Amino acid sequence: MIKEGLHIDRTKCVICIRDLHKSFGPNHVLRGIDLDVYQGENVVVLGRSGTGKSVLIKIIAGLLKPDKGTVNVLGNDVTAISYRELEQLRLRIGFSFQNSALYDSMTVRENLEFPLLRNSKHLSRGQVTEAVEKALDAVGLSQTINQWPAELSGGQRKRIGIARTLIMQPAIMLYDEPTAGLDPITSMEINELIKEVQLKFNTSSIIITHDLTCAKITGDRLAVLLDGRFVQEGSFEQVFSSGDERLKSFYDYNFIT
Amino acid sequence: MHDASMKVKQKQPRRYVISQKLDAFFIDMYSLGQFMGRFFRAVFLPPYEFKEIIKQSYAVGVKSLPLITLTGFITGIVFTKQSRPSLSEFGATSWLPSLVAIAIIRALAPLVTGLITAGKVGSNIGAELGSMKVTEQIDAMEVSATNPFKFLVVTRVLATTFMVPLLMLYMALLALAGAFVNVHANEQTSFVSFIENGFHSINFIDIFSSVLKSIVFGFTIGIISCYQGYNTTQGTQGVGRAANTSVVMAMFLIFIEEIVIVQITNWFRP
Repeated sequence: MIKEGLHIDRTKCVICIRDLHKSFGPNHVLRGIDLDVYQGENVVVLGRSGTGKSVLIKIIAGLLKPDKGTVNVLGNDVTAISYRELEQLRLRIGFSFQNSALYDSMTVRENLEFPLLRNSKHLSRGQVTEAVEKALDAVGLSQTINQWPAELSGGQRKRIGIARTLIMQPAIMLYDEPTAGLDPITSMEINELIKEVQLKFNTSSIIITHDLTCAKITGDRLAVLLDGRFVQEGSFEQVFSSGDERLKSFYDYNFIT
Repeated sequence: MHDASMKVKQKQPRRYVISQKLDAFFIDMYSLGQFMGRFFRAVFLPPYEFKEIIKQSYAVGVKSLPLITLTGFITGIVFTKQSRPSLSEFGATSWLPSLVAIAIIRALAPLVTGLITAGKVGSNIGAELGSMKVTEQIDAMEVSATNPFKFLVVTRVLATTFMVPLLMLYMALLALAGAFVNVHANEQTSFVSFIENGFHSINFIDIFSSVLKSIVFGFTIGIISCYQGYNTTQGTQGVGRAANTSVVMAMFLIFIEEIVIVQITNWFRP
């Protein structure tokens, strides 16, 4: 397992969330969340389906507006900045979607070129091609460059989705259910890739999952979201040795004890 | 206990101002108004996405040509064929070119082009944006620091607004060509004589009103289908509904706009 090169700077909080609330109609999803993510750290947010895990990272990326609370990302309060400032901030945030969200009407090459051509207009055609090839190489899928998203497997789509975010060299990565719907071998490859991204680019990440293997491999710290609040926080061992009954079924299901 | 809870249930205030469906309709109209307002604010602000506008114009215009060609030519032939018996009863078949030209340029070309484009392009845009919405591709665009409203909506609405008038003019020419083929086959009228007779009764207001109608129809098709697609919910079922509603709503509005514009332009006729 990759461990060397890990450098977490506990003095530098890149994502600081305070008293975050979000409701959808009568459904109060997040009920006062506090979370700090430090430079170079991978934080896994664990929780049952529908507990607001994805809502949390969508708020961080500015895709949803919270009802209350502050979300400070790389020194910017995403709830208070202008749309233009948010666009600039988003260039430093990578978001890997649960279903990869590759643009169906574009080839793999065009998918990867899209953020570069729009946001790095100073780059020459050759530099763009080089960056695309490098990003594909980083996820081990150079041969798919001219394929369409529909021709790729679930795991390949996931990795291309990650490559598309890596091409902008983000400081923060947000992964939404990175191993959902994948077989164990492909899941393991994705887990290794997430870890590799952290070590290679010194990114800070939030990984949303209910896959404990993914949590154990990729996470430096776990935060367990239940009923709209974090009920446990710490390393994998600390969280699952706490004796919390609510987490027991989670563990039992994932590791078949 | 059971009775008490029933009473509490009965005393609950009405949750709708008029009725569930009418409330939903007015709320939908309000959000459509907001969507249009957002379009007019975005259309004048950079970046202008010229490449994407050209790409979408190609998709709307060039890819609709085969259908418009076929429909236009056949409309011309059929309309001429069906009108001949009525005119020949009065011995007025020589009026056929001008009758056909007036019908095609004033009414048939803009209306038929509008309806065909609503069916072909409207459903396409509704389904495409709808599936992009439910598979989070629009969110992905947003987080890659691209304004999806400008990139997806503004470009498509401009493309339909520019291309429908051009398609209408093309269709009018094709329909007149179809009409000429039929007139020539039956009355041995020459092309020059057909054009002279046909355009004798056509004036600037006729062409202007048709172009104006087509611009309005094109804008309607674009904005309605983008609105439906961009606000799709409930997965794949929602995508189907977005495509369907785009066509139905655009066609409904096209007929209303046709009546209104005809009324207005008639005031300016000599």
